[in-house]
Amino acid sequence: MKRLIIIIIEIILCYLIQSSMSPYIALANVMPNLLLILVVSTAYMRGRMSGLLVGLFSGLLIDLSFGNIIGFYALLYMIIGYLNGYGHRIYSDDDYTFPILFVAISDLLYGFFYYVFEFLLRGRLNILFYLRRIVLPEIIYTVVISVLLYKLLHMINRHLDRVANEEV
Amino acid sequence: MRRRTKINLNPKHVLIICVVLCISLIFISFRYSEKLTPVKSAVGAVITPMQKGINSIGSYISGKMDTLRSMNDLLDENAKLKEDVSGLSYQNKLLLQDKYELDGLRELFKLDQKYVDYPKVAARVINKVPNNWYNVFTIDKGSRDGLAVDMNVLAGNGLVGIIVEVHQNYSIVRSIIDDNSNVSGMFLKTSDTCIIQGDLQLLDEGKIKVEMIDKDAEVYDGYEVVTSHISPKFLQGILIGYVSDIQIDASNMTKTAYLTPVVDFERLEEVLIITELKESLIE
Repeated sequence: MKRLIIIIIEIILCYLIQSSMSPYIALANVMPNLLLILVVSTAYMRGRMSGLLVGLFSGLLIDLSFGNIIGFYALLYMIIGYLNGYGHRIYSDDDYTFPILFVAISDLLYGFFYYVFEFLLRGRLNILFYLRRIVLPEIIYTVVISVLLYKLLHMINRHLDRVANEEV
Repeated sequence: MRRRTKINLNPKHVLIICVVLCISLIFISFRYSEKLTPVKSAVGAVITPMQKGINSIGSYISGKMDTLRSMNDLLDENAKLKEDVSGLSYQNKLLLQDKYELDGLRELFKLDQKYVDYPKVAARVINKVPNNWYNVFTIDKGSRDGLAVDMNVLAGNGLVGIIVEVHQNYSIVRSIIDDNSNVSGMFLKTSDTCIIQGDLQLLDEGKIKVEMIDKDAEVYDGYEVVTSHISPKFLQGILIGYVSDIQIDASNMTKTAYLTPVVDFERLEEVLIITELKESLIE
């Protein structure tokens, strides 16, 4: 129950920072994808099920406040969360390399599919430009932020685990 | 003592259910987009106040940072400006004299004002679409303040975009630099029409694309482009920007060019909305 509330607060906070603070945190016109970091790290720490649900709800939040096609972001984030859930099998408490690697790969996938569905289908064929201008800078910025954010999320998760264990 | 209802669900099954759910949602939003508007409005009603809060915290912090950073610059600038003021006030006097003369002449020729004054409402930009691909943003006024879909949005003197969605306390604006945007424009001097199309590839150079200029149009670099009289949604005569790099197309039928917008889209904090819709011919 406690965990549920905390995860909801995390989703809303990440979304708010990402959407409303963009003029203040954007570097070279690029914003870090905080929700993606949240989805990937939850999936890595908690497994497929949590990744899937967190992805679904963060995606729906973006869909409902912006997209005219509802369900697109939800699907994308959900699948990313589910796939990263497989990473839970190699989860270790003090490993910071894998989650960051997962974030980078997921952001690349996210950018690629986003391009395919929203730009390629409208006949914008210059994929290299979009890779260089948007996808790569976003990955770099997101990875840098994820170093800090994962540590924070990991601390929260460990604290929650400890509380849960004490209760048992 | 810890009660725990263990629900054994295979993640794979949940995934399949959710994928089907999402795809049906996508389908529904394609076919019956208006059915989902109440849901969107409900979410917006909860999220928008939070965004306003976060936004004000952000602008407060960045305001303080800017103050610290620019203190020294301001001192230097102040000294320099004081010198300028004396020179300028003299010039101003000369200009005022000219203006009186101009007013007199205008009255003589019974010239009309250059632009018609439209009724306007100011709003604050509270939120940008949370990814790097689009240039769509939300403003903190909605149907409650008399806004409606297709109203034109300005900043300063130039066109920013158009309202694409209105909810009770917020609305969504698509700017003219968005990749999906098309605006019908016109050269102020020659009245030749053109199409102004947002393009993500040109965004870094601060330019957007102008297409479909007539081949025989006598237009040159630096000409002003305003919204045209044939546009169904944009009111006539709003300044968009200045044209450059005019070239004849490969088809030899039309010309293309680039356009530098007069609005600074990177620092957009407050916008004006014209609360008058262009009357459509078909009712």
